[in-house]
Amino acid sequence: MTGAATATGGAAGSRERPVAAVPPAVQWMLAAALALQVGWHAWRPDPRAEAQLLGPVPAASALQIAALGDQAALARMLMLRLLVHDRQPGASIPFMHLDYERVAGWLDAIIDLDPRADAPLLAAARLYGSVSDPGRQRTMFALVHRRFLEDPDRRWPWLAHAAVMAKHRLGDPVLALRYARAVTEHATGPRVPAWVRDMSALIAADLGELETARIIIGGLLHGGRVGDPSEIRFLGARLEEIEARAAGRARREAAGRAGRDASPSTRVGAPPAYKPRADDRRTASLGSDSPRNARR
Amino acid sequence: MSAVLVIARMTVLEAVRGRFAWLVAGFASVGCVLAVFAGEVAITGTQGFRSGLLGAWLRWCAVLTVGAFAISSAAGDARDKGLDLVLSMPVPRGAYCAGKLAGFAAVGTFSATACAFALAWFAPLPQTALWAASLGLELLVVCAMSLLCAFTFTHVEWAMSSVLGFYVLSRSMTALQLIAHAPGAESGSVAWSFIRAFVDALAYLLPDLDRFTESEWLIHGAGTLADLGFAAAQAAVYTALLGAAATFDLYRRAL
Repeated sequence: MTGAATATGGAAGSRERPVAAVPPAVQWMLAAALALQVGWHAWRPDPRAEAQLLGPVPAASALQIAALGDQAALARMLMLRLLVHDRQPGASIPFMHLDYERVAGWLDAIIDLDPRADAPLLAAARLYGSVSDPGRQRTMFALVHRRFLEDPDRRWPWLAHAAVMAKHRLGDPVLALRYARAVTEHATGPRVPAWVRDMSALIAADLGELETARIIIGGLLHGGRVGDPSEIRFLGARLEEIEARAAGRARREAAGRAGRDASPSTRVGAPPAYKPRADDRRTASLGSDSPRNARR
Repeated sequence: MSAVLVIARMTVLEAVRGRFAWLVAGFASVGCVLAVFAGEVAITGTQGFRSGLLGAWLRWCAVLTVGAFAISSAAGDARDKGLDLVLSMPVPRGAYCAGKLAGFAAVGTFSATACAFALAWFAPLPQTALWAASLGLELLVVCAMSLLCAFTFTHVEWAMSSVLGFYVLSRSMTALQLIAHAPGAESGSVAWSFIRAFVDALAYLLPDLDRFTESEWLIHGAGTLADLGFAAAQAAVYTALLGAAATFDLYRRAL
């Protein structure tokens, strides 16, 4: 090879033969193949952006096998795939056009693969749950609620967010109260902040469900879960306010009845000071959720 | 003993001359870029996304490259008559096997260490160290399997396919067993009982690689020394088995 290069005047020490050493047929074949490739590319129609639908969720067993023993890594790969699904090459899919049942299925599968991952529930509550379609929002909040019950002390932020969204965006205070009460009843760990515990009482009071709010606050105060003096003062003040509102409501109802009966006006005394009642020691059980019923 | 060391040294030199370090640096760099990209796409738990995905990437790349190197090295020795040359000297066949395995182990240790350096940017150091030690043990098992397959099949493509199948099966064996034993519609049938028994029997023959080098350690900091101890014990047992099988195979071969 080096000898041939030297014989044809190539640089001394070159390890390649000159181009002239290549048979003309091969040279022509190379040029023709290159032209063919360029022509093929020019003839090919321009690629069209076509949004791909979100596929069905594989069986849990299939995902376990696909994980090859590394479920946490697969969970993150699937989460990334789901997150970029609405931003496909050349096509952007609005959340309104996503199949939310399928999205919820994928999020469920990802949580099953890695129960300690935060991203699926955050995406459900804050990303997919922010769409302006009540039906889709409810699908996501239901998912958050269902999975919250499996690990309340870790997953309370997403259900608390869902409660706020249900109250202010969905305009469904009953649903908001249900979620808030689930947080109050089940998220009992030491790292759960006070405002989360108190949220259900405040929503109940706003809703006018004074008896429910009274029971929740009473349960918090006497259940030993509140130790901070400021919080005890705050809850006590709220309780007194609720008692006063309840008494005022009772006065109005009594006055209305008295007016209807045309009987002499009834004197109503000052609202009684708060005394703990037996039912304060329990948390209210309206629409009670338990982890046992979570996945039904 | 000196023959083992010489053969191990020659094996490491082969890796150095084949620019194996550049290959490791290449896939580690690509992994780091992908990890940063994944972190940008993630909406929360950025550190977990980066370390978890980078860990999985590095593990797969390390297994594939170290396995490919071991197979090509052992098969190359046989093809280029290097094996004949070594065995024409007063070197026992067992020493050749041990030397090759020691050399592969050194290459695997280097790969695991390089992966740990890449991963240390994205994950806590103690968990990274645990993960890297476990990867080194996992690569040792893969090297031993590669040596056995290279001796048994002599053709690279056969050996490579076998090692890949062994690795995938070992990693998914626990999941397969769980599925086989889960109550299902067909769980009482004869066919299902046979499948269950077959899977159980297979599990006896394969190492528990799904408990090695878990990404969960990097993401949740869940790895412990007990996990590493399990991996070390399993790697010792299985490497001894594969090494013995490779030596047995080599002794039976007519040169």
